[in-house]
Amino acid sequence: MIPWQMPAVLALMLFLLGLLGLLARKNLVFVLMSIEIMLNAAGLLFVTAGMRWGNPDGQIMLIFVFNLAGAELALGLVLILRLRGRMTSLDGDAAVLLRDRP
Amino acid sequence: MIAVFYSAAALTLVTTALAITRANPVHALMFFVISLLGMGVIFFDLGAPFAAALEVIVYAGAIMVLFLFVIMMLSLDKAAERRERSWMAKPIWVAPIALVGMLGLELVRVMLHGAAAGAAHEVSPQVVGIRLFTSDMAAVELASMLLLAGLVGAFHLGRKDL
Repeated sequence: MIPWQMPAVLALMLFLLGLLGLLARKNLVFVLMSIEIMLNAAGLLFVTAGMRWGNPDGQIMLIFVFNLAGAELALGLVLILRLRGRMTSLDGDAAVLLRDRP
Repeated sequence: MIAVFYSAAALTLVTTALAITRANPVHALMFFVISLLGMGVIFFDLGAPFAAALEVIVYAGAIMVLFLFVIMMLSLDKAAERRERSWMAKPIWVAPIALVGMLGLELVRVMLHGAAAGAAHEVSPQVVGIRLFTSDMAAVELASMLLLAGLVGAFHLGRKDL
């Protein structure tokens, strides 16, 4: 049997890796990917908790996490596509004004 | 079981670390897909076969392919990759690593002083399905509305005349 702390620690490390990517990368594609990594880590923690107590709620929450990830990713990718049409690079810092530069 | 779990965990961690440090988005995405497959192995090992199947089919199969299509539509060239490399200079990583390390230490401390270890239970897909479509029906409806909102939003933002 795997003690429940091990996957919990793994989820923690994956979450921190995702957070690191989110903080350090400028490219919006990588920012979205880091958010996906963090959502996945949260899903792993849900499944771990479900395993710990033998409860199906963990897997149900994982399904909702996937649902949320899909909806969020679709909108995020469309926004990246629109941004790419307006400027040459995918630099997140270049689009902080949400309008054209005066 | 234990050996499979630890090797899959190591694979997941290494490929995730590689994914967030690549300059080429397609390479990063491929590493991320491998990390998701490793995560599927972990779910199976934890006694959640349904979650493992979902991870491989829905996440690695559908969501990541959507991601890949969009990256291909962005038509990133060698110049974009060089610019990406210049954005990833060493000093960029110092502050994020310090912040994340601080958060990690706090969370490890919480986990070390947590409750005692328990036995693992297997949760079959049947139990998940019964719970999902009886007592959690409202949440399923809300999730479907969220997906519809995502669809409408993406459709609106993707219009040619916007």
